[in-house]
Amino acid sequence: MSLAHTLLGLLEDHPRHGYELKHLYDERFGGSQEVKFGQVYTTLARMRRDGLVDISAVESGAGPERKLYLVTPSGVADLERWLGEPEPPETYGRKILFSKVVLALMSGRPAHEILDTQRAAHLIRMRELTERKRRGDLADALACDFELFHLEADIKWIELAGARVERIAAELDEETS
Amino acid sequence: MIETELDGNQEHTAAPEGALLVASDLHKRFGRSTALAGLSVEVRGGEVVAVLGPSGSGKSTLLLCLAGIIPPDQGAVLYRGRTLASLSDSNLTRLRRDEFGFVFQFGQLVPELTAVDNVSLPLRLAGLKRHDAAVRACEWLARLDVDDVMDQRAGEMSGGQAQRIAVARALVTGPRVVFADEPTGSLDSLNGELVMNLMVGAARDQGTTVVLVTHEARVAAYADRELVVRDGMLAEPSVS
Repeated sequence: MSLAHTLLGLLEDHPRHGYELKHLYDERFGGSQEVKFGQVYTTLARMRRDGLVDISAVESGAGPERKLYLVTPSGVADLERWLGEPEPPETYGRKILFSKVVLALMSGRPAHEILDTQRAAHLIRMRELTERKRRGDLADALACDFELFHLEADIKWIELAGARVERIAAELDEETS
Repeated sequence: MIETELDGNQEHTAAPEGALLVASDLHKRFGRSTALAGLSVEVRGGEVVAVLGPSGSGKSTLLLCLAGIIPPDQGAVLYRGRTLASLSDSNLTRLRRDEFGFVFQFGQLVPELTAVDNVSLPLRLAGLKRHDAAVRACEWLARLDVDDVMDQRAGEMSGGQAQRIAVARALVTGPRVVFADEPTGSLDSLNGELVMNLMVGAARDQGTTVVLVTHEARVAAYADRELVVRDGMLAEPSVS
């Protein structure tokens, strides 16, 4: 899971405090595992060093200073590049794919493009596995089947997500027309 | 390969080099529903191409237009440089019988006929003698590992056996193109794999082009490339 890119996506619509970012991240992407405050602040500091985010204001009050982070044009460019790249078709890429689609929907970007790119990447891997299975022995066939069925499940989710995206877009069109 | 009118000295329309089938700007409507909305595609000789897309996206309509089974409302399909719309009904029928093979999800075999008679059928229609047709049919049944049921009626077979016989029937005439619409749709995973291995394996051995409509990614993975149809148009993936 790319915490940095997901935080960039969450900062894109307006500046937020680290505290708010942590809670938004947990709510949208955390699942059963919350992100630690320390991880969020370390990631923000690293992104600031790299010019991807900046501090738009520092609020002083009774407690410690609260920094308001905003995404820079370099940060937006980095986010766009990340969203456009397919994930390696493997188990660990799945949560990132989910995050990319949700971020694309939240920001009004074309989620179809992400889904199409990912489907194509998955099918390239599935072709390799199909060929390996054809040439290999029973152990190869079992190992390839295991991966093929998981990749197919991803693609089914991709198809379903595509259909839902279409429905949401049609509903938004109706509401605005 | 059975000789057809396309093998003669006919005036052909220029087609892109290597393209066996070319569809340009296909439109097709059924009542108020749009199945194809300006779809263009090229299929090269010997390619295995999977057509993917959600239900109602137009993928089966695309297959039927490419195979000359239904005409597009607008646009053209060129096969070996010749526009299908320019062929008479009888020539189009002959082309489908002699140069194309078809595999569908089910319902394509004559249930009262035996396996060998079902596979012989397209050869008999093309004018082969009964004995010659049966010999060639038996060769294909053996190749698809269903020669043990050659005298059994199609209606009495399992889904996997019936589908392998359908593949034998599609390939027995040595077609240039096989059109398959959900060929494994009614089969379990293992039988589906067997049918795909046999169909794609035999097609590759013969240099046969395959256009395969499927909603299953594992089936599409047998193809050289995929075409994704959405709302009657091709989606363009950025990975190739």
